[in-house]
Amino acid sequence: MVTAPVVELVNVTRSFPGPPEVQALKSVNLRVERGDYLSIVGPSGSGKSTMLNLLGLLDRPSVGEYHLDGTSTSLLDEKQRAIVRGGTIGFVFQSFHLLPHRNVLDNVLLATLYSGVPRAEREDRARAALDRVGLNHRLNFLPGTLSGGERQRVAVARAVVASPELLLADEPTGNLDETTGGEVMDLFEELHADGLTLIVITHDQAVSDRAERRVRITDGRLSELS
Amino acid sequence: MTFFGKRMLRRRSRAAAAPEPVAAVSGTEPATSAELTAPSIVPVIARANRFSVQDLLIEASYGVGARPSRLVMTTLGTVLGIASLVVTIGFAQTAAGQISNQFDAVSATQIMIEPASTRNSSGNEQATGRLPWDSPERVDRLAGVKRAGLVADVDVAGALITSVPVNDPSAAQTLSPAVIATSPGLLAAVRGDVVTGRYFDAGHDERGDRVAVLGARAAETLGINRVDSQPSIFIGEVPYTVIGIIDGVERRANLLDAVIVPLNTARTEFALAAPAELHVQINVGAGTLVARQAPIALDPGAPENFKVQAPAAASSLQDNIQADINIVFLTLGILALLAGGLGIANVTLLSVMERVGEIGLRRALGATKRDIARQFIVESAVIGLLGGLIGSALGVFAVVVVSLLQGWTPILDPFVAIGAALLGTVVGLAAGAYPAVRASNIEPITALRGGT
Repeated sequence: MVTAPVVELVNVTRSFPGPPEVQALKSVNLRVERGDYLSIVGPSGSGKSTMLNLLGLLDRPSVGEYHLDGTSTSLLDEKQRAIVRGGTIGFVFQSFHLLPHRNVLDNVLLATLYSGVPRAEREDRARAALDRVGLNHRLNFLPGTLSGGERQRVAVARAVVASPELLLADEPTGNLDETTGGEVMDLFEELHADGLTLIVITHDQAVSDRAERRVRITDGRLSELS
Repeated sequence: MTFFGKRMLRRRSRAAAAPEPVAAVSGTEPATSAELTAPSIVPVIARANRFSVQDLLIEASYGVGARPSRLVMTTLGTVLGIASLVVTIGFAQTAAGQISNQFDAVSATQIMIEPASTRNSSGNEQATGRLPWDSPERVDRLAGVKRAGLVADVDVAGALITSVPVNDPSAAQTLSPAVIATSPGLLAAVRGDVVTGRYFDAGHDERGDRVAVLGARAAETLGINRVDSQPSIFIGEVPYTVIGIIDGVERRANLLDAVIVPLNTARTEFALAAPAELHVQINVGAGTLVARQAPIALDPGAPENFKVQAPAAASSLQDNIQADINIVFLTLGILALLAGGLGIANVTLLSVMERVGEIGLRRALGATKRDIARQFIVESAVIGLLGGLIGSALGVFAVVVVSLLQGWTPILDPFVAIGAALLGTVVGLAAGAYPAVRASNIEPITALRGGT
């Protein structure tokens, strides 16, 4: 049985109306198969953010088609996109985006609120996710009391708790030192080994090099690195 | 590991539901095939697992409770506004109660009944009924009646009233005081005092004795100030013994300018046809009842022949006064409340700006614009409700304390207290509307790239 790729971009262009009009992505084609571990590397201003927003259904292409999990996303309205975002895509951000007044468990549970995880399973799954990232001893800690690496691991747990098809990481090690950044990358590799599809967007060559498959983005154009 | 297993399961079931998703990718007519396959990617979430009102309330309560010190400052405006409204209404109601208590002293405890009258063909007033001579006894038995007395103006056919029988031709002509006939109980019914001597009693009345009581000013005119020597006055040529002088009547003040004789005396001496007015002193609050029953007691066959002047029902009196007081102070309270609402709007807006990252995160986690808007509007409604509850409680407390200190009876409609708390919620809702719209329009992209 032929399975659809998780992500397929067909001639995607994203331009921002000027003047002058800026084309952040130019006729991009990209295919990410299920279980792929892809990195998109490029300097700032190369179109990485736009790429992330498009992939994460936070933005729409000006031209071209984005098929997510085999389905065209251009026909979805805002509400459907929100539901798909909640259920299909997990996000990890450079600055963690943990709620400072909620404990670790609540922060992970937040991702189950909007994504339709069955109510009865929510807490068990959140605990399992935190167990998976090695933080089950920190359940009742506030994010402010955790180290940077621990915070990013909480964010990863939050990203995977709703069982997404795709994990999108935006500069996941940008706020971390080399050691803790390496730990987070190790975690990504473990998740990948479990079958998760991963896209890491970064400017850091070292982070990019850990991916199975690497794509360079320069001036809005993609080029495959072997 | 378990939750990854579940993920695999779910993926398989989704693939089964949409057997040919690839067609959409490579097909030549992506619009139609995409339309067919579009639902497959949008998971159908069971109602029980959606973002529910319960979830909304929990999330909003965290938002409200995140900064307790700021919460206090935010609610302060609403607290003051609501409290001032409750205090205003409470004092208006309490004061109206106080004022009607003062009215009770005279006007609320006095009823006057007279025969109804119509205009006859030549335009003169003509009485359609007449008060029975035993009216006081008839109404005395009614509940709420304390005392009753009859009054009638006596026509003495121009007879002079003097204190000396001698007609001094050189003396200036003086205006004679009026002659009024009353039943023995009238003095009490109109709350007069005897200055000296006594009022005539039932015995004088029955026998038709020629006795007279003088009003204080009439006594002065006639030059009589003591009665122990049993002075006489002359109505025409008939002598009357003065047995007392009265003063201080609350009703029928013209009694003070009159010579007062018993009713029966007036009937025999001056052919008095009928009493003119029945004055009744009643208990507080009995006005409506007595006004209804007295005409029937006076003449069961034709109660419509009597005109009753009863005190206004307490409620209408209160309403009038309340309306006067309320308008001024309500305006102040509403202004305070508006300021409170603006305060909530301001702080909520500030909180939206501070929580841009959180809003972006929630959007990325699958919250719709509506979910975001609802969260912020519920947060500000909760703040408003808190302010309303505290303000309402403070207002009630203030009314009670001040009433205690003044020795008043605190009066406050319980619906005012409840309504004020709800009004706080409404203010919060209104104040949260604009910040909620702002929050829902925040682009997750920009929000997530910014710090925190």
